[in-house]
Amino acid sequence: MMASRTVQHNWNLDLCTYFLNSSLQLLWTHREDFQRIPELAINPLGDRIINAFFSEGEDQVNFRGFMRTLAHFRPIEDNEKSKDQNGPEPLNSRSNKLHFAFRLYDLDKDDKISRDELLQVLRMMVGVNISDEQLGSIADRTIQEADQDGDCAISFAEFVKVLEKVDVEQKMSIRFLH
Amino acid sequence: MFLLLPFDSLVVNLLGISITVLFTLLLVFIIVPAIFGVSFGIRKVYMKTLLKIFQWATLRIERGAKEKNHPLYKPYVNGIIAKEPTSLEEEIKEIRRSGSGKALDAPEFELSDIFYFCRKGIETIMDDEVTKRFSAEELESWNLLSRTNYNFHYISLRLTVLWGLGVLIRYCFLLPLRIALAFTGISLLVTGTTVVGYLPNGRCKEFLSKHVHLMCYRICVRALTAIITYHDRENRPRNGGICVANHTSPIDVIILASDGYYAMVGQVHGGLMGVIQRAMVKACPHVWFERSEVKDRHLVAKRLTEHVQDKSKLPILIFPEGTCINNTSVMMFKKGSFEIGATVYPVAIKYDPQFGDAFWNSSKYGMVTYLLRMMTSWAIVCSVWYLPPMTRQCDEDAVQFANRVKSAIARQGGLVDLLWSKEGEGERYIQGGATETLQQNDCRQP
Repeated sequence: MMASRTVQHNWNLDLCTYFLNSSLQLLWTHREDFQRIPELAINPLGDRIINAFFSEGEDQVNFRGFMRTLAHFRPIEDNEKSKDQNGPEPLNSRSNKLHFAFRLYDLDKDDKISRDELLQVLRMMVGVNISDEQLGSIADRTIQEADQDGDCAISFAEFVKVLEKVDVEQKMSIRFLH
Repeated sequence: MFLLLPFDSLVVNLLGISITVLFTLLLVFIIVPAIFGVSFGIRKVYMKTLLKIFQWATLRIERGAKEKNHPLYKPYVNGIIAKEPTSLEEEIKEIRRSGSGKALDAPEFELSDIFYFCRKGIETIMDDEVTKRFSAEELESWNLLSRTNYNFHYISLRLTVLWGLGVLIRYCFLLPLRIALAFTGISLLVTGTTVVGYLPNGRCKEFLSKHVHLMCYRICVRALTAIITYHDRENRPRNGGICVANHTSPIDVIILASDGYYAMVGQVHGGLMGVIQRAMVKACPHVWFERSEVKDRHLVAKRLTEHVQDKSKLPILIFPEGTCINNTSVMMFKKGSFEIGATVYPVAIKYDPQFGDAFWNSSKYGMVTYLLRMMTSWAIVCSVWYLPPMTRQCDEDAVQFANRVKSAIARQGGLVDLLWSKEGEGERYIQGGATETLQQNDCRQP
């Protein structure tokens, strides 16, 4: 467990040097600082990703919080799979990565993706070219395929089940060039 | 002891003669042309010679590196993280196209589609295109300045000798010469403008003031060995207008002001800058703000508007980026100067980094270190394009106007236009704005 923490800490330090060099040594980051990144502004999920950094009701994030959120995107190392299971799960485990994505859908944080929440994300991604009915039918079909307990919403467990064949590790990890 | 005496006076005589000769040469070849605005073309010949030497040096390094299998240059260009080759805009278009065209097929959507956007978003937070613009550019060829090639290993004797010779020339010959010129230029400016300030207001004063300013800026240009090429000089800014340009270094002011007579805008400084500012304002109405006034945007806008509306006053020179950029791209312009409602004369400045990198990384170097670096480079080579004037159209607001001017400058200077539009939730990713139509449909109050 100590070794895995050290590896995580080192990875964070790589980011640490870059961040401090490039950002005028702010200790607190606000929403507006993220919104100034042009490529984030045109990303359909830009606002949601920014929200993921801030805790409930908070308007600023410190460096530790920033790193905790970014740590979800650390690649899963092979030698960590054999670490002891008693310690807290590392932030970049498959389950935590999926949880991060789940929170992008689940706005009201009730641990369920409702039809409305799914519609909102769909609308953000596909833009204005598709009619509401078409969008609604896509959302219904998606929920139908995923829903197992019949509550017309997708819970986290159902989310994980639908995505069990997807290579989450590759899609939700960022590697450094050295 | 007797033998020493005549020898001593001989040395002293020689020294005296050589200094006199040096200063005469200085006067004839540098200052006199500066006064009259003509040029002997010495700097261009100097530039061509240097280019030939650099080519040889670069080829020699490449050959040497291949022989020894050394890595040539610091791999900086691609950033710190591995990015996917697909671009965000293309993916967005891909997703949105699948809905509109084919009416019968329902567009495909998976819950995992958001992974791509999520990851792209986090990638840009870690390493975005914008922050990269604030570090100096890395060069492809070596210009015998060790500051631009961090991996300089010992390759050959000839190259090292050449580099050593270069250091000697730059620090022992060029640097004192340039410092002397700069000193001359600045003191002439201060005394000249103070003297002109005592004259009564009128055509004579204006004429003299203009020529004093131009002369001193030209001397300063030669003090930096700046080789400037001006394009489209018929579009130069006129009275009652605002001249906007992209900003790479404090030298931009000297470069533009040596070709035209502008009213400067800026904050009052202390020290030498303060002395220069106070002297300049005696001869011609520049706009200097106190520190406290700078924060008050309305006051600033009001003073600038007053200045601009007086048609007899000079065009104002403004750098809307607000800070120094490394001359590979143009950042978002601050909209303040575009709200005033005057004609805007855009100017694009592009430096050639081969002879000396003019970018001022203010977080890395202070002003004195920066000037020292400038004066020990080979030369500052740049091109200035004067673009046709633009005015704000009826249906644009200040921000759109600013972006239009910015695109024109970026396109002309061959710089990347870092521009995005917030309209329509990122549906338009603009590369280069609308054509600058010269419809005189402007909406200023008469």
